[in-house]
Amino acid sequence: MKKDLALTLQKMVNGTSIQSESKERTTPMVERKDIIVTENLNAWYGSFLCLRDINLSIQSQTITAIIGPSGCGKSTFIRCLNRLHEVSPGGRVAGRVLLDGEDIYGPGVDPVSIRRRIGMVFQKPNPFPTMSVFDNVTAGLRLSRLWSRQWELEEVVERSLRQAALWDEVKDKLSQSGASLSGGQQQRLCIARALAVEPEVILMDEPCSALDPVATLKIEDLMRNLAEKYTLVIVTHNMQQAARVSDMAAFLMIEPDRAGVLVEYGPTSQLFTNPKDKRTEDYITGRFG
Amino acid sequence: MNEGGYQRRKWTNRVMLGLSSSAAGLGVIILALILGYILVNGLSFINLDFLTQPAKPVGELGGGMRYEIIGTFILIVLASVLALPIGLMTGIFLSEFGNPRLASMVRFVADILAGVPSIVVGVFAYAILVRPLHSYSAISAAVALAIIMIPVLARTAEESLRLVPNTMREAALALGITRWRAVVGVVIPGALTGIVTGIMLAVARIAGETAPLIFTALGNNFGFQGLLKPIGALPLQIWRYAMSAYTDWQHQAWAGAFLLVLLILGISIVVRWIAGRKRMQ
Repeated sequence: MKKDLALTLQKMVNGTSIQSESKERTTPMVERKDIIVTENLNAWYGSFLCLRDINLSIQSQTITAIIGPSGCGKSTFIRCLNRLHEVSPGGRVAGRVLLDGEDIYGPGVDPVSIRRRIGMVFQKPNPFPTMSVFDNVTAGLRLSRLWSRQWELEEVVERSLRQAALWDEVKDKLSQSGASLSGGQQQRLCIARALAVEPEVILMDEPCSALDPVATLKIEDLMRNLAEKYTLVIVTHNMQQAARVSDMAAFLMIEPDRAGVLVEYGPTSQLFTNPKDKRTEDYITGRFG
Repeated sequence: MNEGGYQRRKWTNRVMLGLSSSAAGLGVIILALILGYILVNGLSFINLDFLTQPAKPVGELGGGMRYEIIGTFILIVLASVLALPIGLMTGIFLSEFGNPRLASMVRFVADILAGVPSIVVGVFAYAILVRPLHSYSAISAAVALAIIMIPVLARTAEESLRLVPNTMREAALALGITRWRAVVGVVIPGALTGIVTGIMLAVARIAGETAPLIFTALGNNFGFQGLLKPIGALPLQIWRYAMSAYTDWQHQAWAGAFLLVLLILGISIVVRWIAGRKRMQ
């Protein structure tokens, strides 16, 4: 336990060095494709333009970090990717978002099916308090009638909790309330819940900002494991985290009219060591934000 | 330091504290007097006969309110069967699905309906059910009581559902389930305590309503005889007996009042206990 803690602290201190961990990807680079492509994505809250003309291509089985100062529209951006933005009062989207080549905002596209393929984990862990751990993980399946037998559910629960690195900690507590776990465990439960419906992409909106550093590192490890199979898009205002975890980074900024724009997008190592745009450099070096 | 001003403020503070405490105390005393008076008077007249015997014909002593007690429960059940779906679904609509303009209109109408005097509701039920059917009936009484229940149910259901944080809804939607399933599977269970509380409050409200029953139920000393026949109820019988000239009947009215107060008090206490438990979670 003590050795673990020392290693963890050492990781934290070394974390600022770019990609000091060797990320072994079992998927060779040539197999990756553009899984999400946004074309001229604009988003409004009522009449307030929040995002202007975002053009971004996210590759499969990568971790893409969306970084930028507060209020620049990072959360709004990823909420546009799983059609959750339109659920907010006054939320409106224009432009195209292609998932595997098909526009998710096209006519006749069912947002429910999109959200099954693009899952989301929120900033504050939000397990359903009225359900047990078991029911929380299976909630997505049960509530869309995607299951038929109890043993199938049990399989899904074990698989999802193992993928979320939570199985060993809760396997004896499956019938306890979801809210009885610690903060880090709750967040991993939410990740397991999202994994249970087998999405292709997982969006994470500042998943560690409500957690302590040890839990944060556990989830960052988890992210790297998940990226072997899923595509991850994470919003973070913690630049060290972006540097530690992501393959690609997109820097968003607010323009004078308070609309967010994409300033620069590229491999994380290049964005952090040799940014092409001066605004990126200013943000990275802490001159603002 | 303005000594004079400070002393005056302290004195004002004490006076206002005293006044507000007295006002609160006055309210409690009045409630205690009412309850105590009924309890003391009614307790002496409550007996097993009262609870189990049917009413005796005029002039004969003894008897009880057996069928009226049963009648009150039957009416509560009937009214709930009618009002629960409408009231709860309205609450769900107002909280989860309504577009703002339609929702505020419905809310406004519900508030007005809640303020309609119960006797007017009774007259309304008389006009639409008793007259056409040419008979006082249990069903018309149930309809009148349901009309009174619906706005109470709708508003408490809406308030309880609103208390469920929006993050729950978003987490459910993000799993790729339809809006309705998200509401039924996640939001409503989260609001269940509040909704149950609302149901019990609505029941407590109609358990003591008398005026609508005058126009619709009429009263029946021979038990439940079908939905289309008159039915007896506790408040109705209390009123009739209390206004009568027979001492024996007046005593029975006291006992009936005692029972009714006990019923409503019981419901209110259970409601507060449930709410207290929820707050401690």
